[in-house]
Amino acid sequence: MNSLAARRRHPAAIAILLMLGLFLTGAVYAAIAPKDADATTKALPAQSVEEGKQLFLANCASCHGQNAEGRATGHGDKIAGPALAGVGAAAVDFQVGTGRMPLSGPMVQAPGGEPKFSQAQIDSLGAYIESLAPGPEVPSDEAVDPTKGDPARGGALFRVNCAMCHNSAGAGGALTRGKYAPAIGDVTSRHIYEAMVSGPQSMPVFNDANLTPESKRDIIAFLNTIDEQENPGGMALGSLGPVSEGLFAWVFGLGILVGAAVWLGSKSA
Amino acid sequence: MNEQDTTHPGSEVAPTSAHGTAVRLDQGHIVGDGGIPERFTNPGLPEHVERMADLDEAAARRAEKQVAALFAISIIGTLAFIVCYFAISLETTIFVPGIGETSASNFALGVCLALGLLGIGFGAVHWAKTLMPDEEVVEERHTLRATDESRDRVVEELTVGGGSSQITRRPMIKYTLGGALGLFAVPLVLQIAGSLGPMPQNSLSQTFWNGGPSGPGQDPTFVPLRLMRDPENTPIKAEDVTIGSVFHVMPQGLLPDPVTGDGGTPNLLEEAAKAAVLLMRLDEDLIQSQKQRDWGYHGIIAYSKICTHVGCPVGLYEQQTHHLLCPCHQSTFDVTQDAKVIFGPAKRPLPQLQITVDDEGYLVSAAPFQEAVGPSFWERG
Repeated sequence: MNSLAARRRHPAAIAILLMLGLFLTGAVYAAIAPKDADATTKALPAQSVEEGKQLFLANCASCHGQNAEGRATGHGDKIAGPALAGVGAAAVDFQVGTGRMPLSGPMVQAPGGEPKFSQAQIDSLGAYIESLAPGPEVPSDEAVDPTKGDPARGGALFRVNCAMCHNSAGAGGALTRGKYAPAIGDVTSRHIYEAMVSGPQSMPVFNDANLTPESKRDIIAFLNTIDEQENPGGMALGSLGPVSEGLFAWVFGLGILVGAAVWLGSKSA
Repeated sequence: MNEQDTTHPGSEVAPTSAHGTAVRLDQGHIVGDGGIPERFTNPGLPEHVERMADLDEAAARRAEKQVAALFAISIIGTLAFIVCYFAISLETTIFVPGIGETSASNFALGVCLALGLLGIGFGAVHWAKTLMPDEEVVEERHTLRATDESRDRVVEELTVGGGSSQITRRPMIKYTLGGALGLFAVPLVLQIAGSLGPMPQNSLSQTFWNGGPSGPGQDPTFVPLRLMRDPENTPIKAEDVTIGSVFHVMPQGLLPDPVTGDGGTPNLLEEAAKAAVLLMRLDEDLIQSQKQRDWGYHGIIAYSKICTHVGCPVGLYEQQTHHLLCPCHQSTFDVTQDAKVIFGPAKRPLPQLQITVDDEGYLVSAAPFQEAVGPSFWERG
């Protein structure tokens, strides 16, 4: 089966087409527009930074401003998007790589989803943001390798630092006023690391002085372990604890008991 | 349709002697003429319906087979349980639709046990409903009060018995017996009261931040204690706490070494339950209270992690809104307003821990908590 034909009706198809159109427009603009003075201090691949800037202007600047300086909505002190200088490539890789950015519209919290860019494009965007001001970088593969971490120590760290929002099994939970801590079971190791380093949305920052890179890798190893371990009890009911378990017992346990009582009390023919 | 002529089951009552016409219950809103029925007619018992098994021998045999089949299912289930118990390895997992990947042993034993028990139960109920005697019996209610003669005789026997035991004539026996029986309640009550342990004394009002172990009868003197990461038990430099960070903190000396498990305070859980602290850093301009700013260090502020409602750990810090949420009952504290309660059942703000830095740049406590942490108790008011 032709894979392109199969994906033609995919909901993201229009978005991707739009992105491509915008990207092409940006690229053409970049080709004919006069070059800006390059203020990059670090040795980043210039091509990548330039491409990232074009992507940024096409996809992000409407909220984050032409120079990633952030923009206000004009309603009180609400902002359309925060300033991005110094958030680092890690934040970009997390926000764009998990599909949270670009945000489709104003909402309480950016939901995760399918990423709207290729990894190469995300890297370019990250390089551009990194060129504005240095920030946390995308971790190396070794830094997020769960096999190199200690899951037991990671579990102890997770229960103190993470479990109150993300649930002791990583199943997520509610925050105030419609915000929530997402379930983190199927998040890649790299994105977990980047979330800790960058503190996306409501999440606090866990910098390397707070949780050392080794501690972060231990936490990733712990999450990997509880993801992979078998559940001898079968249905985990979302690992949500007494709420879902109690609901199950009340609905099915009591339902069966009521049914049995009705059957016992009915007259036989 | 003529309302007067329509009758509904149960809507009629016996005619009263004075008026001779029925009063309709569904016409109660019409002002009547005071004709209240003397009593409702007794609907009587529904007619007894014979069961198929009582009328038809073939049906009875069928019922017999059904009951026997249910008991046979129970036998098979129990035997299968024994086989599964030995045959299935505890490590084996299988996929069961609706349950997911689960332990094969647990699943098989559960199903066999269910068949074994439900077979007996369903068989017995089916037997009772189809074959056991099907007589309907009416048991009349009668008054519980005994006849006057019986009552008089009991009183008389007690009086005569009491008199013949001479308890009324010999007061010394009466009073010593009363004393002995009454006193015997004391050992029972004493055991319960005595096992409640020592009184909390001032242990509810002080924490490890007062300078050391703070259990009942202990009175630590204040020394500045470093703020240590939980659970790594390492001190925190002020420069480590970047804006948006949150650190989970215990006082120096409370936690044991995370690797060897050595050291730490004896009553670890009691002390940790009172001393847990959350350390955050805000932009200093956001902090609205001068006291909060003074008790912090350049926007680094430390608050008790124990909710003032019922003492859950308030750990859910939102770094954009600076709200602290308690996961148990959704009490929400605004960190920019000195942890004021902005939602939920908590009545008091979280107590702030006054902090500063020592010579080496590590964060230390500058004073113990100035009020009791956690939920209210009797003496706290």
